[in-house]
Amino acid sequence: MTGDAAAEAVTCTGLAYAFGGTKAVDGLDLTVREGEVFGLLGPNGAGKTTAIRCITTLLPVPPGMVGVFGHDAARDRMAVRRLLGYVPQQLSADAGLTGRENVDLFARVFDVPRRERAERVAQALAAVDLADAADRLASTYSGGMVRRLELAQALVSAPRLLILDEPTIGLDPIARTSVWEHIEAVRAATGMTVLVTTHYMDEADHYCDRVGLMHRGRVRALGTPVELRRGLGERRRAEGTADADTLPTLEDVFRDVAGSGLDDESGDFRDVRSTRRTAHRVG
Amino acid sequence: MSEAPAAPRTASADRARLEGIGLLVRPPQPRAGRRVLPARVAAMCAVELQKLRHDRTELYTRAVQPALWLLIFGQTFTRIKAIPTDGIPYIDYLAPGIIAQSAMFIAIFYGIQIIWERDAGVLNKLLVTPTPRSALITGKAFAAGVKSLVQAVVVIVIAALLGVALTWNPLKLLGVAVVVVLGSAFFSCLSMTIAGIVLSRDRLMGIGQAITMPLFFGSNALYPVSVMPGWLQAVSKVNPLSHQVDALRGLLLGTPADLPADFAVLAVAAALGIAAASSLLGRLAR
Repeated sequence: MTGDAAAEAVTCTGLAYAFGGTKAVDGLDLTVREGEVFGLLGPNGAGKTTAIRCITTLLPVPPGMVGVFGHDAARDRMAVRRLLGYVPQQLSADAGLTGRENVDLFARVFDVPRRERAERVAQALAAVDLADAADRLASTYSGGMVRRLELAQALVSAPRLLILDEPTIGLDPIARTSVWEHIEAVRAATGMTVLVTTHYMDEADHYCDRVGLMHRGRVRALGTPVELRRGLGERRRAEGTADADTLPTLEDVFRDVAGSGLDDESGDFRDVRSTRRTAHRVG
Repeated sequence: MSEAPAAPRTASADRARLEGIGLLVRPPQPRAGRRVLPARVAAMCAVELQKLRHDRTELYTRAVQPALWLLIFGQTFTRIKAIPTDGIPYIDYLAPGIIAQSAMFIAIFYGIQIIWERDAGVLNKLLVTPTPRSALITGKAFAAGVKSLVQAVVVIVIAALLGVALTWNPLKLLGVAVVVVLGSAFFSCLSMTIAGIVLSRDRLMGIGQAITMPLFFGSNALYPVSVMPGWLQAVSKVNPLSHQVDALRGLLLGTPADLPADFAVLAVAAALGIAAASSLLGRLAR
């Protein structure tokens, strides 16, 4: 291990998790540095969501595999949860409550004292541009608004680590940009660490400080998007398979490390179903 | 170099606007251990009441069934006089049973609700907050109680309009509220426990249907235990619904009831239910 533990937001050491006989995560080694936006990339079924659910303590892992700011996810779950803001893949705001009530619930379960609760909730809603829509039912929100509301729910407890699982899935391009801009702005203002999964390579290229390319339960390549793309570009030039001017995209890097077999086993049935459900709710 | 972004970035503008977020950089102070549970229970109940306030349809539609039981079944059987009720009119005898029944029907729905919340991601998000599983379940259990209380008020009002002689003693009504909440807590936990075992809505719906009717007809809600065959009397004695009805009847009508035993059974059943459902809750998130 390099560096002091305090500078590491997340450490995964040989993280493995199997559903029955299916190894969803199979020896994942990963370090997310404090203050960076780290993107975990890969197609459906690569093990991203399972890895996230191990880090968020939703799935039980043995001690020593996952650490969050020095707290072990197996031994010290409550301490880990206190540091996290989590936005799951599904659009998970409660449609029967207003935006403000949705955020207020999360202020309550993170023990925000009553005297500052209303103000804190208002600030979280303002930070994601939902101040005007705050007292409408979440069922009247568009997909992009629900995502921003979930961001507010995660932010109200001032987490040190914000975990977003496919934050832009099923959103239109403008809503996607808007969600990312809010993530960036909040990160700039608060200095929190962001761990995000996505299968949109262009988003990762654009918004992540570092990325890990995940395939079949493991990280196959790790670095800044530019590093990874330059690395492949130089190798291809050395091999004489590419000209000097064009830099490969992150997707090229991914195809390179994953090799063949990218298309045959992407996503189990449950993934596809939940993605469809999300797409349906987004409408 | 990189692909053009979908829209120009305005991070600096955002930063300027984000100046009023001073509170969002300071994590809240955690509550002391023993104060976590009441705070979480209060939060869950608040959510339940907020939802009821926004959409009262459920309240109205759920009032239809108990109203029909009292109006049709109750009125008819009052005329038949087939059921021995120690001299009180049958509709009076029936009213507490219907309060317990409607509370149970609401509570038994909670397992389906928690599976729905799992599918929607709401549950996972709550499980990633510093909330012990038991606090989450207790919160849900009390929320079921709050909903049932609203329902109980509706039934009591209908019963009063039908001329049932109920008590208006506030202490006894408080006792009624406690009994309704404890009963709902048990049945909602029973439902959430089954949810933690079967993990799917379809299976839970089948099992829910299969257990509610025996629980209802195997209790003293519609008729006294003494008219049942011996084996069913034994079932009825351990059926928490019977104890709930017994207590409600004793409090609302003043019929002879073993109140300490009833309260004890309901409290123990609720505690066991909370323990069982909490220990299985993690399975739903996997």
